[in-house]
Amino acid sequence: MDILKALAIAGSAILMFLVLELIRRGRLKERYALLWLFSSIVLLIFSLSRSLLEYFSRMIGIYYPPSLLFLIAFVFLLLITLHFSSVISGLSEKNKRLAQEIALLRKALEEGQRSR
Amino acid sequence: MNKILIIIPAFNEEVSLPGVMQDLRNHAPDADILVVDDGSSDRTAAVARQTGVNVASLPYNLGIGGAMQTGYQYARNNGYQIAIQFDGDGQHMAAEIGELLDLLRQGRADIVVGSRFLKRGEYRPTFFRKVGIWIFSTVLSAILGMPVTDTTSGFRAVNRRVIEFFARAYPEDYPEVESLVLLHRAGMTIAEVPVRMRDRTGGRSSITPIRSAYYMIKVLLAVFVDLLKKVR
Repeated sequence: MDILKALAIAGSAILMFLVLELIRRGRLKERYALLWLFSSIVLLIFSLSRSLLEYFSRMIGIYYPPSLLFLIAFVFLLLITLHFSSVISGLSEKNKRLAQEIALLRKALEEGQRSR
Repeated sequence: MNKILIIIPAFNEEVSLPGVMQDLRNHAPDADILVVDDGSSDRTAAVARQTGVNVASLPYNLGIGGAMQTGYQYARNNGYQIAIQFDGDGQHMAAEIGELLDLLRQGRADIVVGSRFLKRGEYRPTFFRKVGIWIFSTVLSAILGMPVTDTTSGFRAVNRRVIEFFARAYPEDYPEVESLVLLHRAGMTIAEVPVRMRDRTGGRSSITPIRSAYYMIKVLLAVFVDLLKKVR
């Protein structure tokens, strides 16, 4: 077994372990973990099976099969960051609504106290 | 009854607010006033309270869009039929509110914008500002299908329909320009009336000359994004 393969297997195995551990401890919500879990599984499969990696590389015209691993990792990272952008947008909208609600509630509360 | 609310978004405007309130009391005594303190670090909220108007204090600085929307939510929740946007820095003149209200009350528009540029020779901008103003009004006029001159004016009067729309969806980044696009897409009618504006009495404009080119590009991008948005 060549060093590159060992490194690839170790890397994707560690990634998968980290994701599973974070889910187990409740530090990562399942909803956000799905993409991570899926990408680490795909990476692990391709690291384990050189023939599968070579088959898909030839299919899309990649001459150096390990490059496919980088491509897969890159595409997943793109998807994950896009997902984060959309999650953050949603969070900041909700955050704004909360701030506005607090301002209006505080005003109503002050009025209530004054009239008492 | 036709309840009117004047919404004043204020971020660190303790210097100019008392003058603005005096102006409003003299020229618009029947309207209710709400100052939205946008997380100011100075005594904006306290100064506003001293003048006896309604004050809503945001827990942190949301920016002009979020602050203005708070005012619209207050207007919606409290049954106001008309809302007026009025700056806290003293550049708008309360005496001109009547002009905006006339058009709104005649039902000729859902939103009436006070424009600095409709009166010839009253306002003399610098060359670069002139170019910026021209680009904005040309692009916006093309999108809205009607001539608009003062796209960044924050002196506006709106009816109940627009109050409800803005309470739900008000743009955050460049609300004056973007809101016109969103309103147009929601099928509202827009009108402009000529108004005079003063130089600022206190505080600092959020638009410095250096940033204005960058600002313009960002606003135009935001407008094109608004064109892609689904309008509810």
